[in-house]
Amino acid sequence: MAEKVGVYVCHCGSNIAGKVDVEDVAKWAGEKVKDVAVSRDYKFMCSSLGQKLVEDDIREQGLTRVVVAACSPHLHEKTFRRACSNAGLNPYLMEMTNIREHCSWVHKDRAAATEKARSLVSASIERVKFQEPLEPMFVDVNRATLVIGGGIAGLQATLELADAGYPVYLVERQPSIGGHMAQFDKTFPTLDCSACILTPKMSEVGQHENVTLLTYAELEEVSGSVGNFKVRIRQKARHVVFDDCTGCGICVEKCPRKVLDTEFEAGMGNRKAIYMPFPQAVPRVPVIDTESCIWFERQKCRACEKLCPTNAIDFDQEDEMIEIEVGNIIMATGWDAFDTRKIPQYGYGRLANVYTSLEFERLCNAAGPTNGKIVLRDGKTEPKSVAIVHCVGSRDERHNPYCSGICCMASLKLGHLVLEKTDAEVYSFYIDMRTNQKNYEEFYQRLLGEGMRFVRGKVAEVTDAARKPSEQGKLIVQCEDTLVGRQQRFPVDMVILMGAIEPQVDAREMGLKCGISCSMEGWYTERHPKLDPVATMTDGIFVAGACQGPKDIPASVAQGAAAAARVAGMITKGKVMIEPIVASIDEEGCSGCRICNNLCPYNAIEYDAEAKVSRVITALCKGCGTCVSACPAGAIRGAHFSDRQIFAEIQGALWDAWQPRGGASEEAEAVPVSAP
Amino acid sequence: MSETAVTKGKLAIYWAASCGGCEISLLGIDTKILDVAEAFDVVFCPCIADGKVRDMEKMQDGEIDVCLFNGGIRTSEQEYMARLMRKKSKVLIAFGSCASEGCIPGLGNLHNRDAIFEDSYQETASTDNPDRVRPQAATRVDEGTLHLPVFYDTLKTLDQTVPVDYYLPGCPPESPRIWEAIEAIVAGKLPPAGSVIGEHTTVCDSCPRTRDEKKIKAFKRTWEVIPDEETCLLEQGLVCCGPATRAGCGALCPAVNSPCIGCYGPNEGVEDYGARLMSALASVIDSEDPEEIDQIIEQGIPDPVGTFYRFSLAASYLRRSKQAVADGNGSSAAAADVR
Repeated sequence: MAEKVGVYVCHCGSNIAGKVDVEDVAKWAGEKVKDVAVSRDYKFMCSSLGQKLVEDDIREQGLTRVVVAACSPHLHEKTFRRACSNAGLNPYLMEMTNIREHCSWVHKDRAAATEKARSLVSASIERVKFQEPLEPMFVDVNRATLVIGGGIAGLQATLELADAGYPVYLVERQPSIGGHMAQFDKTFPTLDCSACILTPKMSEVGQHENVTLLTYAELEEVSGSVGNFKVRIRQKARHVVFDDCTGCGICVEKCPRKVLDTEFEAGMGNRKAIYMPFPQAVPRVPVIDTESCIWFERQKCRACEKLCPTNAIDFDQEDEMIEIEVGNIIMATGWDAFDTRKIPQYGYGRLANVYTSLEFERLCNAAGPTNGKIVLRDGKTEPKSVAIVHCVGSRDERHNPYCSGICCMASLKLGHLVLEKTDAEVYSFYIDMRTNQKNYEEFYQRLLGEGMRFVRGKVAEVTDAARKPSEQGKLIVQCEDTLVGRQQRFPVDMVILMGAIEPQVDAREMGLKCGISCSMEGWYTERHPKLDPVATMTDGIFVAGACQGPKDIPASVAQGAAAAARVAGMITKGKVMIEPIVASIDEEGCSGCRICNNLCPYNAIEYDAEAKVSRVITALCKGCGTCVSACPAGAIRGAHFSDRQIFAEIQGALWDAWQPRGGASEEAEAVPVSAP
Repeated sequence: MSETAVTKGKLAIYWAASCGGCEISLLGIDTKILDVAEAFDVVFCPCIADGKVRDMEKMQDGEIDVCLFNGGIRTSEQEYMARLMRKKSKVLIAFGSCASEGCIPGLGNLHNRDAIFEDSYQETASTDNPDRVRPQAATRVDEGTLHLPVFYDTLKTLDQTVPVDYYLPGCPPESPRIWEAIEAIVAGKLPPAGSVIGEHTTVCDSCPRTRDEKKIKAFKRTWEVIPDEETCLLEQGLVCCGPATRAGCGALCPAVNSPCIGCYGPNEGVEDYGARLMSALASVIDSEDPEEIDQIIEQGIPDPVGTFYRFSLAASYLRRSKQAVADGNGSSAAAADVR
């Protein structure tokens, strides 16, 4: 029976119609393409009136298939599937043709773009005729959630869910939760003490009955899919028995080995070989750094073991694998600081009094190595002048083209702290001041009032090569003041480099484990930049905080809460729809050759040794098609992507080159062989 | 004359570009041939009994009940006979690999008429042909003009020439399978037209070897190893086509420690045998390094077409070497290739 296909070509305002002759495409499909019963063009197909067109035609004209030529199916496939459903047509009998991203937006030649649109529409028409009605499946959602990363975004997400009564696993790779926020002295623009507002949240998480906290732990592997993920976590060996440790700190006190703390103290202070990163660490259970511990180095010492009142030290402890099951995952893996050594002309690592912003945060932190006293590297001299250099590695095509977003405000905050604690003059070298959140511009005005000096220009160089007596013993900041239009040299005692916010070095790798993708820079890609900022293209995986892009604390907290709300919504609903676009194995055709067995990226294929056949675990299958193409027997079928559908689509795309299969060859007719 | 005699069917068996193995296998049904004779009058079978084309031409259209046609279509005579048998038969069965998918003669599609003639009439060691004589479609002699069938550039399968009702796979089809097909024909229990009369699974199903997940570091050729007799040959690195090949033979080759070469063709629903098998083997190569993968393939599979398309080249999407057509003079054959 011939299908009755309805074709709907969208103008998308002028988005499509500007480059594709949509009226012509619709007219052509209606007149020239077989089995097309209705063909229309419409200004905005996604509007309720546009959808109604489809629904009415299905009801009144008895359409059996629908093709909507508009934008990407990412945007509106759901919309039109729902419209079909409303009118009683199975939603999987609708096919979307992307003539916006694939035609109008990428081509300049109107005639050629129109020709291509015709080809794509024809491909969809031929394909849709072979599409089959499919029924979505529903699976239960596991109520537990995994949050990866114990910075402020992860903490917020954890607390939101835990407070709502749902179990949360929080995994943090450092020995303590807290993230970068724990390193800061003050927060802008309110100048709250960072620790004062963070540590209550940390201890709440540490003690929450619904939170299972796994610090010093790494995500190893994620399998399964939305609603039912299986996660393997590596609990790194602390060499301290977690349950036996009381957190008294005697071991740390007595440990004879001091090393530079390059993590929490950003190289500004020391720690012991057995250590807690900072006094308010959660959990209060130290770890032994096996690379600096004397016992691990030369089998001597064991001071901590001898002195521990609860015998909690265990030098033989090994990494442990923990398997958990969760319904959703929130990635809140945060950011890394730009390595300022990559810009050698700024002198970091060569000129002693050039600091990174994180170093300076520790320097002016009351709990830091100098108890908050701002002094030069010699440990005693207070600087008389301080230069703060913006955009170090940001807005720089050689490093990161993007704006790190938070550095302008952080510079103002650091400038304020210098002005507050010292008599120094403070210079800010900026390209543009970006203070566009609530109360940020006011904070800028406040610093202008406090006497911080602003020089608009990108710093060319920081040097200790003096040209005149007044520059002797100083660091000279060379910069073109673009407001004055003149090269200037600023002799100062201290330089702070506001390094860029960068993705974690292993962000891409972590993303792959969860099946989410990254931008070119390495930020996790959200489902929609404006309308779906915390979901990802993988159902059940959400992102929050700076791992999705540079963010300050309020924005990270907001995203953490938003991700938690999305997860809570899923849990409350209880069931999640799984696309019926999955693979299935015809057991008669399967000879149990086992070629497919280790190919599935989602571990959705199991082998039944007794029946000697392989089977697809439908709930785990994502319909990627790997097994379908690998099955030598052709026994695995990928729903919605059958050979017939794909060949029809190709045939449709090549409609102008396609000719029906010819029967006789000319030769045979020309040469009869049997003489009468 | 008895009742059965009156209703006796008419059976024809014809061969085109083939080796005769199909007829031997047909006779391999042994004494059951008597049962065949009871059910059918064999009206035409040039391989085992005298018969004339003109007798066929004189028959009514559709007078023959079943025609078992083996061999591909290489010459104009074969094409004429395919059309003739089609016209005279109610049911036309592509019998065996050659008629179904081209088989070994189909590998000639890697070349063209000139190249094949050059080999056959010039290059072979036993040929002495200083005048470079080649077969001609028409040759004038004193008595008049002699005709030979035209030799085409491209070997075609039976269904690329005339519509076919059923297919019986195998090179040759195994005798028990032939008997099962004949029984089905006699009982009128044939599957829907266009079907392959055969199983819907692959050779592995009848292979008793133990199978595990596959990870292949190197493909080996049969002369390089004496395989272990218990485990899957593919897992031992031999290119065993069993996973992609329709069952029906009873896994005869693996049973004697030799990999399946794929003579029973693709499984039900598979469009292109070679592509399927290649895709499957590519999936289990145990390397992520492109250079190593290239090396594994180059060393282990020196003849990809002969390995993956040994029986099915003519019926595949590749169909034939376009280059060989461009080099030769078979322009009309090339035109007919464009689907």
